[in-house]
Order: sequence, then C-alpha cells, then structure tokens
Amino acid sequence: MTPKRIGWGAVALGFLAFFVAVPPLTVRSPIVVIVLAVAAMAAGSYAITAGEKRLGWGGIIAGLIGLAGGYAATQSGVENLERVVVWGALGAATLRYATPLIFGSLGGLFSERSGVINIGLEGMMLMGAFFGAWGADVTSSWLLGLVIAIAAGAAFGLIHALFAVTFRADQIVSGTALNLLAVGITGYLFVEIYGDLGTPDDLPSVPNVSLPIDWLPLLGDIFGELNLLVWLALAAVLMTWVFMFRTPMGLRLRSAGENPLAAETAGLNVVRTRYLAVMTSGGLAAMGGAFLSIGFLHTFTQNMTAGRGFIALAALIFGRWRPGLALAATLLFGFGSALAQRLPVFSPSGAVLFQALPYVLTLIAVTGLIGRSIPPLSLGRPLPRS
Amino acid sequence: MSAPPEEELPPNITVATRMATFFRGGGIIAPLITVLVAFLAGGLVVLATGHNPIETYSAIFKGTGFNWIFPWLSEDDRIIAALNLQQTLILTTPLILTGLAVAFAFRCGLFNIGGQGQYIIGSIFAVWVGSSFEGMPALLHVLVAMLAGIAMGAVWAGIAGLLKALAGTNEVISTIMLNWIAIWTGVWVFNLGSPLQNDNSDQVDVPVSNDVVEGAKLPVFWGDPQLQGLHLGIFVALAALVVFWVLLNRTTLGYEVRAVGFNPDAAEASGINVRRNYILVMAICGAFAGLGGALDLLGWQFRIATNDIQTHTLAFFGIAVALLGRNTAIGTLLGALLFAGLITGTSVRNLDPTVFEPQLATNLTYMIQGLVVLLISTDVLVVWLLGRRRKRRTAAVAA
Repeated sequence: MTPKRIGWGAVALGFLAFFVAVPPLTVRSPIVVIVLAVAAMAAGSYAITAGEKRLGWGGIIAGLIGLAGGYAATQSGVENLERVVVWGALGAATLRYATPLIFGSLGGLFSERSGVINIGLEGMMLMGAFFGAWGADVTSSWLLGLVIAIAAGAAFGLIHALFAVTFRADQIVSGTALNLLAVGITGYLFVEIYGDLGTPDDLPSVPNVSLPIDWLPLLGDIFGELNLLVWLALAAVLMTWVFMFRTPMGLRLRSAGENPLAAETAGLNVVRTRYLAVMTSGGLAAMGGAFLSIGFLHTFTQNMTAGRGFIALAALIFGRWRPGLALAATLLFGFGSALAQRLPVFSPSGAVLFQALPYVLTLIAVTGLIGRSIPPLSLGRPLPRS
Repeated sequence: MSAPPEEELPPNITVATRMATFFRGGGIIAPLITVLVAFLAGGLVVLATGHNPIETYSAIFKGTGFNWIFPWLSEDDRIIAALNLQQTLILTTPLILTGLAVAFAFRCGLFNIGGQGQYIIGSIFAVWVGSSFEGMPALLHVLVAMLAGIAMGAVWAGIAGLLKALAGTNEVISTIMLNWIAIWTGVWVFNLGSPLQNDNSDQVDVPVSNDVVEGAKLPVFWGDPQLQGLHLGIFVALAALVVFWVLLNRTTLGYEVRAVGFNPDAAEASGINVRRNYILVMAICGAFAGLGGALDLLGWQFRIATNDIQTHTLAFFGIAVALLGRNTAIGTLLGALLFAGLITGTSVRNLDPTVFEPQLATNLTYMIQGLVVLLISTDVLVVWLLGRRRKRRTAAVAA
C-alpha cells in the first residue's frame, strides 16, 4: 500500500469512529470507537513518517474528531441521538446552510482568482439580502427581486473594482470599507422604507423544487424538497469550475491573478478582466444574500448576514481557491451549523461553541498544518502603471 | 488621474511611503477633506430621503455635547451638554485604544482587523476578575482587572503575530478568524449553564455575566455615578496615547517597528529580527484593544450579556479612527473624538426623534464611517492635492 492510500484510510477510519456510534448503527460501546480512532491516528502517524504529511495530519485530526464525537455519542441517550442524528434532515439542513456560503465563496473565487482581494464579500451579501427582499416586495416577483439583488451586488462590486483596480487602493481597507458601508446603506434604507414593522409577511419567495423521489430512502429526504437557489448554487459550482479551468476566458482571468504583467504583454486587458471578475463576484455573493432573505428566512433584518461573508471567505481559503474544494468546505461548515442547530438537546451552551468551528478550522488551514493554502500569486497587487 | 507618474503611490505601497506621500500632500488637510466629503455624501442621502440635512446634523451635533465649550450657552443647556459630553468621552476611551491597536500594527506594515476580538477577550477577562475576588483592596482590584484585560488581549493578538512569524500566515485572515472565535467563545462563556454565567438566583435564565464588584469599578470624576458619569478610564486612554508615541518615536523597538513597516526585507538585511517584531507588535496591539475592553467593563458597563457580544460594533470603529488619524497619536485622538461624538449624537438617548429618527441616524453613522475608510483606502485625495500644489508652484515659478 502506498502512503497516500494509508493516509486516506486514516481519514476514513477517523470518520468511521464517529459514524458507528450514531444512528443507524448506534454502537453503544466506547471501546469500538476508541479502537477505530486510535487505528486512524496510528495510520495517520505512519503516513506522516512515510512522507505523506498532509493526509497523515488529516487522518490524525479526523481520528481526534471521531474519538471526541463518537465517545460523546456513546455516553448520551439513544433517544436523544435519534432525535439529533436524522441523516435526511441533517443533509437537507446542511445544504440549506451551505447555500449562502457556496454563492459567497464562488464570488470570492472570481474576484481573488483575478487578483483582487475581496474582504467585502460580507457587505455584498448584505446588499443582496436587502435588495432581494426590497426588489421582490416592490415588483411582487421573486425573480425580479433576485435580478435586483444581483444588480445591487454587481454595483457594489463595481465600487470595489473602481477603488481596487483604477485607484489602486489598499484592497483590504477598501473591502473593509464596503462592509461598513453595506451595514449603513441597508440599515438606513430598511429603517426608512419599512420602519419598525419590518418587511411585509407576503414577501414573494423563491420556490422550492419538489422532486418525485419520496420513495428513495435517504436521498428523498435530502433532495426531495430543496429551494431552487440551492440547486442553482450547486450548478454554479460546476459552471464556475468549467468556466475557470476549461475555457479560454477562465484562463485569462486566472492569468490576471497570477501574473498580470505577462497577461498584459500577451494582449489581455487586465483592468477590464478584473472589473468584470469583481462585478461577477458581487453578483454571486448577492445571490447568497438573497437566498437568506427571500429563499430561506422570508424577511430582512438589519445586518442579517451576521458574518456569513467571512465564513464564505474562510471556505474559499480552506478550499484553496478551487471550486470543488471550496464546495466541500462550505458543506463541512454547513454540516457544522446544521448539527449545532440540533445539539441543544444535549447542552445549549456546547452548541454555541460549535459555531466557532469553521473559524478554528480555517485558522488551522491557513497556518499550513494540513497543507498550505497558496493564494493566487498576484493577489492584492494592482497592475503597475506603465 | 491627471497627476504625473512620479507623484503616484508605487504599486506595493508600504505604510511608510503612504505616510510620506501624505505629509507632502499637506498633512491635516487631506483627512479634513475626507471627513467633509463623507459628511456631504451622508447629507445627500438624508436629503434624498426627504429630510433636512442641516437640521439633522445640527441636532446630532447638539447630541454630542461638544457645544459644552461654547461660552454663550445658557445654564440649563450647559447641564445637558455636560451630560452628553460625558457620554461622548466615555466612548472616546475605547475608540482611542482600539484605534491604537490598528495604528500600531499599521506602522509595522500589518493590518490588524482583530481589534474586535481582542477587545472582547479583554472585556471577558476584566469582567471575570472584576466580578470575583471580592474583598481585594479597591485600587489593586481595578489594576489587576485591567492587567488581566491587557494580558489576555495581548495573548489573543499574539496568536496572529506568532502565526505570521512562524508560518507566514496572513494576519488579515487570522485576525478575522480570531474575531469570530472570540465572539463565539464569549457567547458560550456567559451562556446558560456555562462557567461564567451569573450566579444570581433571579437570573438563572439570563445569559449575562456577574456584575463587577464595587471595589473594581473605575471611579467617576465628572458627573453623577448613578447617571453614567465620566470615569477615570479616559486618562488611561490618554496615557496610552503617550505610551504609543514614546514607544514608536523614542525607543529601539519603535525604530525597528517603523523600519519593518517601511520595508521588511531591508530591515531584515540590516539585522532587525522581523519575526520577533511581528509577534511583539501584534501583542502590543492586543494589549491596547484588550485594555479598551477592560476599561469599558470596569468604567460603565459592569457586566456583559451574550447579546452585547454578538451585536458589538464599537471596536470596528477603531479601523476608521486609525486610518483617519493617519496612525499617529494625535490623529487617533481626534478620530476617536469624531466617531465617539457621532455615535453619541445619533444615539436614541440623545437625538431628538422629531428632527431625525435615531435608528436612521445610527445607520448614517455607519455610512459615514464606511465612506471615510473607503476614501482613505486610496489616498486619491492626497495625490490630487499633491498634483494641485505642484501645479501651483510651477505656475508661480513661470510667473
């Protein structure tokens, strides 16, 4: 066996240690969990000594998580477990929680792959959330609401591009400014237009897609009744990957982020490329925000994105600026949120601490313990003026 | 832009070159214009939504209490103005300190977005120390609680510095992550059934900390302690400004910090330990922000609820304060006064709702803050001013 396979085996064993302890298997003996987790960590350590560091560390961490989660599960009541771990509902909730993050991190991907740091994702999402709700309310159509949300996000992206590309501003500072500005603009308009009453109850909302797959055991529960925007988010991941890595335009966009001077020399208009990329970024992030207001919660409240833009940014970094890996990261974070929502059955306070998990994981990821995340080469650098 | 190329900022601008450009651009004029433009834009928004901007701004100004210094004020107005000014100065205290937390990092070429997390960690430990150890001598108790805030803020920010030094982790990302970890840790630690939730039997289902005991409260020296008068913390903040200036301009560390901020590679080549500087600088920034959190808790809040932690925005103003103040001591003080005034002047308590809705005004403050940061991010104004100046000079030479 190659060290790589052993590394993957270690990761799988680690997750298995958790999996056996929860429904449907529900093994009640902690010994099984411990044996599996220790095996995972041993295999992980072996993989590290054999030179497969990234997967090896992944295996050790998976083993630790499996040990903690699995042991906790064996110590809690079967009834509670069966109430919390309903895989169908958990899966659907994971996708629901992940959707705004998927849109956000794809938005970030467009911008950052073209070389423009986008700390302003949070603000763009918030703009999408408000203008989606407002647009849907004014036009009485969720579709137009979505269009208006995208336009608002793109407009915000245009401001970011104007400052980051044309004025060659410090991109982190201008992104931070956009976040602050978005809180002010959406809050002001919300209070001005809706006052204390809030958005109307009959806000048009994005419909769910009902699939006739109720008879499928697990998949029916997960995919049977998802919001249209959830499907759009998943499609957007695929489309982004195809665009970014399989089309000439994607190659141009990436070259603007890796080596803008060479791209410029080869005849690419780096400035225009970056403008379009950042505006796309704003539009995508705004879709994530619109999902929150007219797809999921059916209302707008001040500052409702509550840091989701930063989790999306974290997912992007955790996913190493790649669509597929970023999707995996958002699903992981979404699963964390879905689980956290159900955990209060055991302990209300512990569930809160769970919310910090995405940030801890990202912090670990950027320090390079599980393989370093390497950003696009020219990220954050304006094109030198000739 | 019409300015000739040699006056533009180079593509990979360091903080030091920015500052140099800025001082050539006319010092205090550029931030003044920035604020003016931001207020004008805010006024336009107010006008566009059908309110009177002049009345709005004058009502906000009245709410800040800055009119206290006007000698022609009547006795009654002066009493109200004094109350308002006390609130403004109470808020100036944490804004100075979170501003310094950003400014000091900037001078070393680091961007510390983590002021919020460091502030929260500082306040958590200050409230913990301040609400336990009852019976400790009063002065000692305050000092220990403040030191707890300072030390833990330093540790929290030090994590980001350590990661930067050891693994080259971008401090922007790590401080953002540490912010959210601090927020959720704070929410957890005072939550129902958590270690630091209050032991008051009437408040079993209220997620709030214990109250700071009398001996650990900072004394009020202006106004009524019952009506949230001004506490001594403002002097601690002013002292921190002096510490900041001395540290930066009169010590070896400050020299090294500025050298690293100017050009890390050149600093490394001339024998400065850049990594050690990153760790130290972040820790000092965290100490400033943690002290800010501690002073707020010991001075006027006396307890933290989990809600406050989640909706907390105060420390984020530190970024605008530092940027507007150009990362200098005096600038940070002025920036802190400006934003503290704005926050107080637009608060529900101080703004007359018949003139302008306080909730709208609060968001107006966020907008102005965002605009200020956005405009400063480019230095467009500075470069433009430079261009004008040069033009005028060449015109004078020609004539």
